[in-house]
Amino acid sequence: MRLDVILRVVSKMFIPFILVFALYVQLHGDFGPGGGFQAGVIIAAAVVLYAIIYGLKAAQRAVPVALVETLVPLGVMIYAGVGVWGIVEGGHYLNYNVLEHDPIHGQHWGIFLVEIGVMVTVSSTMLAIFYAFAGRGRQ
Amino acid sequence: MSADALTDPQISVMVSLINMVLLTLLVTISVGILRTRLLVAVVVLSGAYSFVMASMMLVLDAVDVAMTEAAVGAGVSTVLALGALYLTKAEEAPPHFSPILPLFVAIGTGAMLIYGTHGLPEFGRGDTVMNTYVGLDYLQRDYRETEIPNVVTSVLASYRGYDTLGETTVIFTAGIGVLLLLKRFRQRD
Repeated sequence: MRLDVILRVVSKMFIPFILVFALYVQLHGDFGPGGGFQAGVIIAAAVVLYAIIYGLKAAQRAVPVALVETLVPLGVMIYAGVGVWGIVEGGHYLNYNVLEHDPIHGQHWGIFLVEIGVMVTVSSTMLAIFYAFAGRGRQ
Repeated sequence: MSADALTDPQISVMVSLINMVLLTLLVTISVGILRTRLLVAVVVLSGAYSFVMASMMLVLDAVDVAMTEAAVGAGVSTVLALGALYLTKAEEAPPHFSPILPLFVAIGTGAMLIYGTHGLPEFGRGDTVMNTYVGLDYLQRDYRETEIPNVVTSVLASYRGYDTLGETTVIFTAGIGVLLLLKRFRQRD
């Protein structure tokens, strides 16, 4: 699709907005609809769009395969780590009340970190599967 | 929809009109998927189906589900299916068996599902099982305990944190499984 000027220009304009919208969905999840899962799939969709228009190589320069494959387990580790943090602070696993002096602040921190963990795993898993599919040539 | 929207007759007529248009589109797309043998057309039509489905979710006030449906159903999975088609034949093989038995099973299942909807409570009612015991309890406790206005987020990430950890692990496991199957690891000689 090297010659498709309209697609290239429009997607170049749109991708930053898609990514900002994903961040909005991620960070505004406490107040509006959305959260880690939705933000993760929107980020993945933005990178997939970039790969379709500009080619797989360009996408893998922007978001390297090694980074994606590191992020897949990292998200789960962030999530599970928040649980362990609760134990260290003297509560139960995944009890956010003990993370801060004020239980409500603890809840906010716990939910914020956990949602980031979900976002990291979801977006990177989608991308890793996409890279694995797109990287296979016809045999 | 807010409480006013549910009772306002003008808005409810509009909502049912939108629903009818969307459902007609869904049926049309499904018939199109059934009739074509070109798999590329099937994939593109499935993407369109997901988009219409996302609009349905929007009408039902499930914006987060709509976002997921649009991004995963219409976006990523369409691209993945096209990527899979690139590796295989792009035309469906002619069927070897008569379609009578599958047709019978599909009609039977559909009839049972339609029969089942008669047992569902009216849309938006407050005194149903899901809106009274646990649901009501969450609604009453949520703001006092977490000060997060979106109950969906606090239930998902805090009250039901274990479930969401499980879901994230499922996604992780699925990703690792697909990578192990599809990725070509270089063998050391």
